[in-house]
Amino acid sequence: MTPRPAAATSSPARQAWRRVRENRLAMLGGAILVAMAIVAALAPWIAPYPYAKTNLAYGARPPSWQHLLGTDELGRDLLTRVMWGARVSLGVGLLATLVSLTIGVSYGALAGYLGGRADQLLMRAVDILYGLPFMFFVIILMVVFGRNIFNLFIALGAVQWLTMSRIVRGQVLSLKTREFVQAARALGVSPLRILALHLVPNAAGPIIVYATLTVPAVMLEEAFLSFLGLGVQPPMASWGSLASEGAAAMEPYPWLIVFPGLALTVTLFSLNFLGDGLRDALDPQLAR
Amino acid sequence: MRRLSALPAVLLVIVTGSFFLMRLAPGGPFDMDRALPEAVRLNIEAKYHLDEPLPRRYLRYLGDVVRGDFGPSFRYPDRTVNELIALGFPVSLTLGLCALAFALVVGGAAGVVAGIRHNRWVDHLTMSLALGGVSVPNFVLGPLLILAFALGLGWLPVAGWGSWRHLVLPTITLGVFYTAYVARLSRAGMLEVILQDFVRTARAKGVREAAVVTRHALPNAVLPVVSYLGPAAASALTGSVVVETIFGIPGVGRYFVQSALNRDYTMVLGTVVFYSMLLVAFNLIVDCLYAYLDPRVTY
Repeated sequence: MTPRPAAATSSPARQAWRRVRENRLAMLGGAILVAMAIVAALAPWIAPYPYAKTNLAYGARPPSWQHLLGTDELGRDLLTRVMWGARVSLGVGLLATLVSLTIGVSYGALAGYLGGRADQLLMRAVDILYGLPFMFFVIILMVVFGRNIFNLFIALGAVQWLTMSRIVRGQVLSLKTREFVQAARALGVSPLRILALHLVPNAAGPIIVYATLTVPAVMLEEAFLSFLGLGVQPPMASWGSLASEGAAAMEPYPWLIVFPGLALTVTLFSLNFLGDGLRDALDPQLAR
Repeated sequence: MRRLSALPAVLLVIVTGSFFLMRLAPGGPFDMDRALPEAVRLNIEAKYHLDEPLPRRYLRYLGDVVRGDFGPSFRYPDRTVNELIALGFPVSLTLGLCALAFALVVGGAAGVVAGIRHNRWVDHLTMSLALGGVSVPNFVLGPLLILAFALGLGWLPVAGWGSWRHLVLPTITLGVFYTAYVARLSRAGMLEVILQDFVRTARAKGVREAAVVTRHALPNAVLPVVSYLGPAAASALTGSVVVETIFGIPGVGRYFVQSALNRDYTMVLGTVVFYSMLLVAFNLIVDCLYAYLDPRVTY
């Protein structure tokens, strides 16, 4: 009898973990991300100043010991704003990825499992959607349903699932002919249970890798929308909207664009490093 | 040819989807702080056919689009959407083509060199730069470039449009992401091809190394790059929205953002439909190009 997939704590997962650990850049990226996440989570308690506190008389000043990253034109502490911005930027990145994960995995798994005509039809639709200017539809969605943050991550997640569905479909297509699936079918397990408990968990590697690479893409899109004024609305701030304010005032106060931009870039860098590292460790093509 | 037959259906879906999506929006372009007098409101509604039932309006719009007419702009009453697009599109097209050309030339060359010199310092340098290139958002890079080269060194203009000097910074800002991506793709393609038998055969026959690379390896290595062109063009269109905003370039992207913020329905709708058609056509060309380069592929 073959061991159940859940009991497979031994080789593949551990080997992959060891390969990730050996990749120093990936580990560095992971460490930076953990630090960012902690700062974001604790922002209300560790930020040096109240988040919306203005000090018009103080105005915009360059970095100093009182304000490590300087202040903006309203006298708000930039370090505090960047910390709070991390909450929005990272939060949208994670939640939108979750939305895209849900849609992409179910769509792809369905197409792969059904196969034949239905698969052709479903994937053809994905091909067509691939060619469309998606951010424009997100912009329409934001205009139509209002510019609040929940609409933001649903809209972003709703347009980011195409590649995920292709990957999952490919995996399911090759997995469903394997013996353990036949065995489950012979035992009378329902198709839905086979999909959820046997096929999708076995495709976990590529799914995790691609989800890691989706997070930076989504964060970039959130920042893009906020930069244009279509995303997060003031007084709330994300790194994108901070960069937007900074770009508008960069002529006299360059630190206002430099620091939010740096925070965003370092985070995207780390995510890409981690994603590349995970791909090298988990990619089934390399493992074979 | 099967793809050609699917085209009208795709476009119909796009037009229908965006049309009804826009109608869901609460509030219209004519909602002012003060209520308009009844007669004025009725007049405006009659002029833009807003008083007709929705299905009629939809059919009317569909008919107009088929004839290539996107209607009048709600916000600029004396302009039609067609005029605004005709005004902005040459500008956006120039910018987009420059950025893509920059990406193909610089990224392609860097990727090929990195592939040939696999694991040497050129390779490592290129790949580090490429990872940086995909991680720096264009709306961060753009202002920083302005800060350095326009405000700091004074070599290039800060913003505006007109001469080639205005084109340099926007092209780099828009193109860096694709340059990095193309470099990664062409390096991977090169690595895959360079070890294959036909390359070894060419070398064994005494073909010069330069010719081996350009004649034998390159055409096979660029295939992934060609298939990336479609998605790249799609995202260059969106990217150009940001770049046009940063550099004050009078392209379609800037009109689009303004009209989205102003609820200028016809303008938003017209731009989306126009860009979608453009992309569908572009993807078709890319597919043909791919089939030409790789005779194994048939459609």
